[in-house]
Amino acid sequence: MKTLTTRMKVGWAVITLVVLVWALLPVVSIVATSFKLPSQLDLGTFWPKSWTTTNYEQILVGSAKDLFLPALRNSIGISLVATFVAVVLATLAAYAIARLDFRGKRLILTTALGVSIFPVISIVTPLFNLWRNIGLYDTWLGLIIPYLSLTLPISIWTLAAFFRQIPWELEQAAQVDGATPWQAFRKAIVPLAAPGVFTTALIAFFIAWNDFVYGISLTSTSAARPVPAALAFFTGASQFEEPTGAISAAAVVVTVPVVILVLAFQRQIVSGLTQGAVKG
Amino acid sequence: MSTPTGGRGRGRSDRARDEARLGWWLAGPAFVVMLAVTVYPILQAFFDSLFSYRLTAPGDKAFNGGRNYVVVLSDPVFWRAFLVTLVITLVTVLVEVILGFFLALVMHRAIRSLRGVLRTAILVPYGIITVVSAFAWFYAFDISSGFVNHWFDWVPGIDADLNWFAHQGTSLFVIMASEIWKTTPFISLLLLAGLSQVPGELEEAAQVDGATWAQRLQRVVLPNMRAAIMVAVLFRALDAFRIFDNVFIMTNGANGTTVLSLLAYRTSIGRLEIGLGSAISVLLFLCVIGICFVAIKLFKVDLASARGEA
Repeated sequence: MKTLTTRMKVGWAVITLVVLVWALLPVVSIVATSFKLPSQLDLGTFWPKSWTTTNYEQILVGSAKDLFLPALRNSIGISLVATFVAVVLATLAAYAIARLDFRGKRLILTTALGVSIFPVISIVTPLFNLWRNIGLYDTWLGLIIPYLSLTLPISIWTLAAFFRQIPWELEQAAQVDGATPWQAFRKAIVPLAAPGVFTTALIAFFIAWNDFVYGISLTSTSAARPVPAALAFFTGASQFEEPTGAISAAAVVVTVPVVILVLAFQRQIVSGLTQGAVKG
Repeated sequence: MSTPTGGRGRGRSDRARDEARLGWWLAGPAFVVMLAVTVYPILQAFFDSLFSYRLTAPGDKAFNGGRNYVVVLSDPVFWRAFLVTLVITLVTVLVEVILGFFLALVMHRAIRSLRGVLRTAILVPYGIITVVSAFAWFYAFDISSGFVNHWFDWVPGIDADLNWFAHQGTSLFVIMASEIWKTTPFISLLLLAGLSQVPGELEEAAQVDGATWAQRLQRVVLPNMRAAIMVAVLFRALDAFRIFDNVFIMTNGANGTTVLSLLAYRTSIGRLEIGLGSAISVLLFLCVIGICFVAIKLFKVDLASARGEA
C-alpha cells in the first residue's frame, strides 16, 4: 500500500469531517433542543443556554407522561410482535426458497417484492373502514396485522439471501446420518442461520418502529397509538406553550436505543440490507 | 394458492413431489399472509372507490360507477398534489443518487480506520425514525426555535425573519432535505455493495492504460454498477413517491405542499369520504405500478437478477 501524502491526509480529514457533520448535526440538534428550557426555546441558539432535564421529566413523570409512556409501550410491544411473526413466517419461507426446488419460488419472491413497494396509504383506507366494523380499530392486533405488510417482505428477501450462503452440505450430511429433513433443518441449519435471522429481525423491527401512516390512521387513543403517531399529538404544558421540548425529549428517548442497536450491529445490518438487494 | 395437488407431471419422482409439498407448506403461510394484508385491501379499496360512500352518512352508500374518479381527476387539488409528489420524487432521488454515490466512493476508497467511522456515521440517519428526522429538521429551520436563520444569515435571502414554512418552495426544500438525509444511507450502502463488485483488475488495467479518474469512472466503474444503481433508484423512487411522514409533521400540507399520500389520508381518514379516498388510493397504487413498469420496460431493470435471484 502506498503511504498517504500530507495533502491526501488533510483531504481525507476534511471529507470525514464533512460526512460526520452531515450525518450527525440533525441528531445533535434535536438532542440539544431536548435540553433547552421551555422559556429559552426562542433564543435561536444551537446549544441550550442553561441545560435542563425539565423536558425529560415532563414526558417520563410529568404532565405528558400519560401521552408518552403508553405510546412507548405500544410501540415496543406491537413492533416486537410484528417482527416475531414476520421472522418466523419468513424463516420457513426463505428456507424453502433457498433450499428446496419447487414451482412457485419465483412467485413468492415476486410477491414479496410487490408487497414491499406497495403504497401503504392505499391499504389504510379499506383497513380503517374494516377495522372499525370488526372492532380491530385502535387495538394492538389492528396494527400488528398491517405491520406484517412492512416486515414480512423484507424479511423474506433478506433471509433468502442469507440462507443461500449457508453450506447446505451439512444438512445433507445430517440426512445421510439418518436425520429427517425437519431434524436436519433444526439441528444442522438453525445454528448457522441464527445470525441471519437475528439481523433480519433487527431490520424488520426498525421498519415497524419507524411506521407512521398506520399508526396515525388506525388508532385514536393511547390504547394502541405508537410513538411516532403520539409525537404528532403532543401538546405543550399549557395551551400557550409549544411542545417543542417535550417532543424533542421523547424523540431522543425513542432514538437513542435504536441508534445504539444500529451501531452495535452495523456490520450485520449493512450486509443484511445489501445482500438482499444486490447480487453478491 | 395452497399446496399444489400432487400428480402433475408423471415424470416427477415422489421425492420431487415431497419437496414441492414441503416447500409450499413452509412458504405457504408467509405467501398467504402477504396476499391477505395487501391484495385484499387494495381490492376492497377498488370496490369502495366505485361507490358514493362517506362514513358520516353510511346509509347513503350508493354505486356511482366511475364518478369518484371523474371527481378526483378533474380536481386541480389532485393534480397539484401529483405534481408536488413528482417533484419531490425526482429531486430527492437525483440528489440521493449523487450524494449516495459520493458517500459510497468515500467509504470504498477510505483507509480502513476511517471506513469504520464513516460507515458508523452514515448509519445514524438510517436508525432514526422518519418522524423524528422531520421534527429535527423542522425545529432547526423553525422561525422561533430554529438556529438555521441565525447561522446562515450571511446567505442572501436568509435572515432572522425568514419563515421557511410559510412558502411552498422553502417548505419543500426542508421537507426534501429531511427525506434526503434520512434515506441517503440506504442508497449509499446499496451503491457501495455495487462498487465492491466492480472488478479491481479492470480499473487497474484502465489506469495502466493511462485513463484519467473521470474516464475510469465513466467507462469502467459506472457501467459495471448499472444494476446496483438502477435497483437503488427504483426502490428509492417508489419510496419517495409514498412520502407522507415528513410532510405531515412539517407543514401538514399547508402552502402547496400536499402530496398524494396526504391527500388520500385527509380524504378518507380526515373527512371520512371513503369512496373518494379509495379512488385516490387506487390512483396512487396505479402510479406506483406505472413507475415500476417504466423502470422495468424502459430502463430494463432486472429486479430478479439484481436481487440475487438467479
